[in-house]
Amino acid sequence: MSADAHVPAGSGRTIGPLAGVAREPGVAKPDPVLVVDGLRRSFGGVTAVDVAHLEIQRGLITGLIGPNGAGKTTLFNLLTGFDTPDAGTWSFDGEPLGSTSAYAVARRGMVRTFQLTKALSRMTVLENLMLGGAGQAGERLSLALLAPAWRREEAALRERAEELLVRFKLDHMRDQFAGTLSGGQRKLLEMARALMVEPSLVMLDEPMAGVNPALTQSLLGHVKDLRDREGRTVVFVEHDMDVVFDISDWVVCLAEGRVIAEGPPESIGSDEAVIDAYLGASHGRDRPPRKRPPHERGTA
Amino acid sequence: MIETVVFDALRAAIGPTAAAYALLAIGLNIHFGYTGLLNFGQVGFMLVGGYGLAIPVAVYGQPLWVGLLSGLAAAVVLALLLGAPTLRLRADYLAITTIAAAEILRFLSRNSTSEDVTGGVYGLRQFAGEFYAVSPFPGDRYLGALAFSGNRMWAMTVGWGVAVLLSIAVHRLMRSPWGRVLRSIREDEDAARSLGKNVFLYKMQSLILGGVLGGIGGMVFVLSLQTIQPDMFLPQVTFFAFTMVILGGTATAVGPLAGTVLFWFLITGLQSGVRTVVESGVIPGVSAGQAVGATTLIVVGALLMALMVFRPQGILGDREELRLDVR
Ligand SMILES: Nc1ncnc2c1ncn2[C@@H]1O[C@H](COP(=O)(O)OP(=O)(O)OP(=O)(O)O)[C@@H](O)[C@H]1O
Ligand SMILES: [Mg+2]
Repeated sequence: MSADAHVPAGSGRTIGPLAGVAREPGVAKPDPVLVVDGLRRSFGGVTAVDVAHLEIQRGLITGLIGPNGAGKTTLFNLLTGFDTPDAGTWSFDGEPLGSTSAYAVARRGMVRTFQLTKALSRMTVLENLMLGGAGQAGERLSLALLAPAWRREEAALRERAEELLVRFKLDHMRDQFAGTLSGGQRKLLEMARALMVEPSLVMLDEPMAGVNPALTQSLLGHVKDLRDREGRTVVFVEHDMDVVFDISDWVVCLAEGRVIAEGPPESIGSDEAVIDAYLGASHGRDRPPRKRPPHERGTA
Repeated sequence: MIETVVFDALRAAIGPTAAAYALLAIGLNIHFGYTGLLNFGQVGFMLVGGYGLAIPVAVYGQPLWVGLLSGLAAAVVLALLLGAPTLRLRADYLAITTIAAAEILRFLSRNSTSEDVTGGVYGLRQFAGEFYAVSPFPGDRYLGALAFSGNRMWAMTVGWGVAVLLSIAVHRLMRSPWGRVLRSIREDEDAARSLGKNVFLYKMQSLILGGVLGGIGGMVFVLSLQTIQPDMFLPQVTFFAFTMVILGGTATAVGPLAGTVLFWFLITGLQSGVRTVVESGVIPGVSAGQAVGATTLIVVGALLMALMVFRPQGILGDREELRLDVR
């Protein structure tokens, strides 16, 4: 990707509602959709998650960063009912969520994707997407044999799925088994499938990892659309700081399970605690979150 | 001589016993083929279907329809009992539980303390009268050289009729959105959950549905034989049914039917062949009974192995599809 194709950081940012919010871990937000309190999860001796307090503002894009093993995925698992915490409570849209099973969390409107993609291999790409449809009458055993009862709904669902396939550049793979997709295509499929549920809060675990830079740009556009046009809240985990700078309204940094810093993306890169956390664990693909100059962009 | 073997094979392939097994196989296909549930105790559903029918009719003098309903209900109850504790756990737990439960049921029905109800090792008879009373086949020789009796003809018609109708229904179910959710659970439970599907409920529905098909298979089986005994329900019945599903093609609509017909044709043809050879005295010191029993098991084992190696997708399955799940 050439340098002039890049979108200046901060474009389309809606910091508005969080303008006066302090830049400190666990700070209260004006209109939180998700509130986490005292959430702890350890595996043997390792404390994977230890979040004292965290609020996610409604209708914004929040980036969740942190070195490998910081507990980002574990936090996602806990919040969406895929794992059980040792302690802690959290509420979504004002309703407590602890001990709600994963499928019920998704039905409430909080849908996550997986870092290690879960393509439904022996189902077609289109079927994968259509599975995301919520509240389908035809998914009830009592109605499954009465095709007239759900045929229309199914046709509408198919139409929505096909639109998303086009948006995610997967329409040419429509009738292929999902098991034949490449790693990057699986990421796209996973995200598109989650959007089929029409969640009010989308939690994306490294949605751009392995997706080619040109497509990343257009995906970032879609994520912004989720916020701007559809009014959804987005939380995403990402290691590529360019992406984080580009689309997040707010960034939360996790290290060793704790929230160590929060703030708008411009300020987070210069935060002492964040720099320490990354340098302290500066191996593998981790690097201190600084914004690279334009000529380096797109090489991630 | 060849003629005898072929007619024996054909007679078994389209007979009522094969129809009963086809029903077991359709049920297993729902579990294993479409939902990914490992039910190694399908014969247990067959058993409760059979006794569920026979006990009310033979012991308590109830009409046949009561027996039919109670056979269905018994299969539903068994599915609920087996599914409730295991379907939230890993797949292997259901496998262990079902195989054990089927054996426990067989021992319970053999037990002398339950003799009043199940007839113990002697089993029960005289529950099929009403079934044959409505038979439209009064004669005693049908299908020419196959020489089906009127009763056998009737049991076959009902058995295969039910099997074909139910396999059409299952096919349509699997192509519905409900079936899509079932297949997604086979592929990845967590993905289905993350999209808001109540995986436990769907697995339970699948277990019940497939179990009820096994129960119906049991009813067809005991009605056609007009007797029920505990040792008709050995664990190998389940594995024969698995062989039929895999032979025909897992997760296909026609697979279980085709697999069952082919299985019975091959096995019975082989048994008949071995019996003919042994009885002609070519191999000294071997009795026909021994030879036939052992050969059956050896051949089923070899058949299953050969299938897995050379055509794991069965005769009707899609090879491409199968290759995908190694990733
Ligand atoms: N199932 C598990 N069993 C044992 N330890 C686990 C398990 N899941 C996570 N952990 C540990 O918890 C810590 C946090 O892991 P987690 O996957 O949440 O990190 P992450 O922030 O998502 O990292 P990455 O950026 O590499 O994806 C790690 O030390 C990890 O080893
Ligand atoms: Mg992770």
